[in-house]
Amino acid sequence: MADLTELTLAEARDGVRGGTFSAVELAQAHIDAIEGARVLNSFITETPERALAMASESDARVAANDPRPMEGVPIAVKDVFCTNGVHTTAGSHILENFTPPYESSVTQNMWDAGGVLLGKTNLDEFAMGSSNETSFFGPVENPWRAADDGQSRVPGGSSGGSAVAVAANIASGAIGTDTGGSIRQPAAYSGIVGMKPTYGRCSRWGTVAFASSLDQAGPMTRTVKDAAILLGAMAGFDAKDSTSVDITAPKFEAALTGEVKGLKVGIPDEYRLEGMPAEIEALWNHGAEWLRDAGAEIVPVSLPMTQYALPAYYIVASAEASSNLARYDGIRYGLREDADDLSDLYETTRASGFGDEVQRRILIGTYALSAGYYDAYYLKAQKVRTRIAEDFRQAFENVDVLLTPTTPSEAFVVGSKSDDPIAMFLNDVFTVPASLAGLPGISVPAGLAANGLPLGLQILAKPFDEQTLFRTAQVLETAAGVTSRPAPWWKEAGA
Amino acid sequence: MTGAPTFEGSAGTWEVVIGLEIHAQVTSQSKLFSGAATAFGAEPNTQVSLVDAAMPGMLPVVNEYCVEQAVRTGLGLKAKINLRSIFDRKNYFYPDLPQGYQISQFSDPIVGEGTIYLDMPDGSQRAIGIERLHLEQDAGKSLHDQSPTQTYVDLNRSGVALMEIVSKPDLRSAEEAGLYVRKVRTILRYLGTCDGNMDQGSMRCDVNISVRHPGDPLGTRAEIKNINSVRFVHQAIEYETRRQIEEIEGGGTVALETRRFDPSDGVTYPMRSKEEAHDYRYFPDPDLLPLEFTQGFVDNIRESLPELPDEKKARFETEYEISASNAGVLVAERAKGEYFEALVASASDKSGKPGSEIGQDCANILITDLFGILNKKGLSIEQSPIGHRSLAGLQALKLDGTISGRIAKDVFVEMLETGKQAADIVEEKGLRQVSDTGEIEVIIDKIISDSPNQLAGYKAGKENLFGYFVGQVMKATGGKANPQVVNELLKKKL
Repeated sequence: MADLTELTLAEARDGVRGGTFSAVELAQAHIDAIEGARVLNSFITETPERALAMASESDARVAANDPRPMEGVPIAVKDVFCTNGVHTTAGSHILENFTPPYESSVTQNMWDAGGVLLGKTNLDEFAMGSSNETSFFGPVENPWRAADDGQSRVPGGSSGGSAVAVAANIASGAIGTDTGGSIRQPAAYSGIVGMKPTYGRCSRWGTVAFASSLDQAGPMTRTVKDAAILLGAMAGFDAKDSTSVDITAPKFEAALTGEVKGLKVGIPDEYRLEGMPAEIEALWNHGAEWLRDAGAEIVPVSLPMTQYALPAYYIVASAEASSNLARYDGIRYGLREDADDLSDLYETTRASGFGDEVQRRILIGTYALSAGYYDAYYLKAQKVRTRIAEDFRQAFENVDVLLTPTTPSEAFVVGSKSDDPIAMFLNDVFTVPASLAGLPGISVPAGLAANGLPLGLQILAKPFDEQTLFRTAQVLETAAGVTSRPAPWWKEAGA
Repeated sequence: MTGAPTFEGSAGTWEVVIGLEIHAQVTSQSKLFSGAATAFGAEPNTQVSLVDAAMPGMLPVVNEYCVEQAVRTGLGLKAKINLRSIFDRKNYFYPDLPQGYQISQFSDPIVGEGTIYLDMPDGSQRAIGIERLHLEQDAGKSLHDQSPTQTYVDLNRSGVALMEIVSKPDLRSAEEAGLYVRKVRTILRYLGTCDGNMDQGSMRCDVNISVRHPGDPLGTRAEIKNINSVRFVHQAIEYETRRQIEEIEGGGTVALETRRFDPSDGVTYPMRSKEEAHDYRYFPDPDLLPLEFTQGFVDNIRESLPELPDEKKARFETEYEISASNAGVLVAERAKGEYFEALVASASDKSGKPGSEIGQDCANILITDLFGILNKKGLSIEQSPIGHRSLAGLQALKLDGTISGRIAKDVFVEMLETGKQAADIVEEKGLRQVSDTGEIEVIIDKIISDSPNQLAGYKAGKENLFGYFVGQVMKATGGKANPQVVNELLKKKL
């Protein structure tokens, strides 16, 4: 039998459903792959027993001729989704030993669709970071290495573990969360597809919150079609999340017609950054040409507020985070350090429980909300946010989708930006504006940098128009025709 | 309006300015943002959902019934209802605040300005402005007395819906503040939006208080937190007024600070210093959308409102021709007003007399007799040993002349003690009023012939001796003689 971990999610699904192989065989192949790839550090918690139990149930369903939409497909779950009876750490010391007695709505939807839990993937602590280096459980390593230096590269973040699980064929698909680019940026760095739905498409109930007005769960897969299938299993209205939108999710997979004739593709001028590498610019131009060749119309558009997106994002996200993370106080669950009195308890617990990046953002957010600074920072940032959304709204009066690079560079060397938070923040420059506007976006592998590392292009669409987003992305994916995979050096390293 | 009460100090005349924040627990089966129950007195931590405990990833969903209750209360306070309001987070750390923030409403409350009217003892009315009403979550409870070394936390209250009703600084004395709290409580109870039980903590007050010379700008205020009875509101204001005047007259200044009232010594004490003052970092809660509803939603609630105390009082005065102060007593509790109306209706049925004619008499027996007894026995009107039908039976006997007013009082006491009906008591004890002139004439003749000296005196012009003869007749008949008949016959015979 062929290596089952090489299959796309769609192939794995069809194989189980058609009886080509069993769900248990599929699960076992991935469990073995996880064991063989521990050196990448992409999982915090592995759940092989649960995977096999769920796979057995899938096989029974298939035998009873009653398969669910994603029967038997092995999925890796970012460790911010609460999973009933399974450790959920958010990559933090403060939740190191936390086991929720409840299941997040998004993961519950996936299990109801027949998905199989492989384990919980590594991430930047509380999803705060762009390199997966802030995790209490150590950095995740990118399976891709540059041809020239062979150094360890970051997989991007914060959904780095999920990106790597997919890139290294450890899981058929994975789910992540995207607050300012945490799905799309690691997808680009790891040579996979990463998709952030419209804000409100997926429930946030049971997902450890970073920034409530921005957080959105999404699929990470090796193909656009896989992403459409996986999102179909995740999405849906949830009365337990007041910001979840009460509209029925369409059949995303059915939207993949391969047809973009007459589609208007906007190229935002303001995304041409000074000092951006020539190969990124070239790739972007290629992307536009591919879509034009497929019959789309390329239209230059302007998004004048783009330059203010990054500072506005870091204020809004940090402000919400400073409040969202107040519940980790050592009183009811999670870490509690010994202390002499109440203030001491809060201070020592939070000082030891949170890493530097989380503390930095809590401080930024607390400052931005403080009396005397609220108007100048938080309120101003919210106004900028409104203007950015308005920019997009106007642009979408003339175009159907936007095409941009996902990131301003390829994956960087582990540790090379750790001392420079601003340089780290700049990774998100192309992903943050759509997050602020709540728009759906997807990163598609589009080529390789000169050093052999993957690069991605991003497509953005109107709110709740994921169908056009997927359709365009698939045409781009096909035209780009990226077939390179990372050489599996980790299998030897782990052996 | 009468002049505001003032206080004389060594540095002249002072006026106290008071604003009240009333925290009223919304009557609702479940909490403001979770489905957990809200019953009072449950075992600690048995009414706590994952949301109330602020577990990771939990999200609030607003309870529509609580919203409806807040709107109903706003309408009862004759206040502006805001069709769009916003939930904000008020951030601070405390062990009984699981989220690390309280969800409240800061800049855009659900209810805006309104007015309530106080009936002053001198018969005048005072209008007190309502600044706003907003919805917020209650915190849990820290239990410091369960262990010598540890504090325990009970989260049963965590997340329970509260309405914070903020008055304008319109109150000018402890007495007014007390009347205000009682009036708000009456309205809430009429509406069924808060049970108003201060002893169970479902209604608590924060008092903002400052002093000034009349006509001066407002002085610096102190806020006295968490007072849980009308009596303590009274005491706290009286103490704090004196304290502030003495402070200023002694050359000091009043600090802008939070204080607490200790009922054991009647003194207010500072709670926290400036260094510990909180910056609550309010911002809109991103987990909740702005709270929006239609005018139709408000109108539906308006249509379902019960008659409120002010309207009921006015109606009682015209419909039953009773005094304003009596009407005020009868509407202070919804059940008292209901009892009164039921009593009048039954008595009217039995006697055939209209409510306007018998209203005052019914009000009298309730206010002077029944309420006093109930008060003494610690019973509510619902627990009255005499129901309105039985009491109407007594009223009817009085109204048709079967018994006199004096006998009626005895029968009332007998009814209380035995639970018997008035008619049975009158029958058994032969208390029926005697109006038979022949029978009374015989008695009068005997008394006149037995009292020659008094007769002579009366004839000589001592007219007050007439009362002596009336008294003798009543004594001889055991009080049953119809006084009117006695008077007429005596006049004729003397």
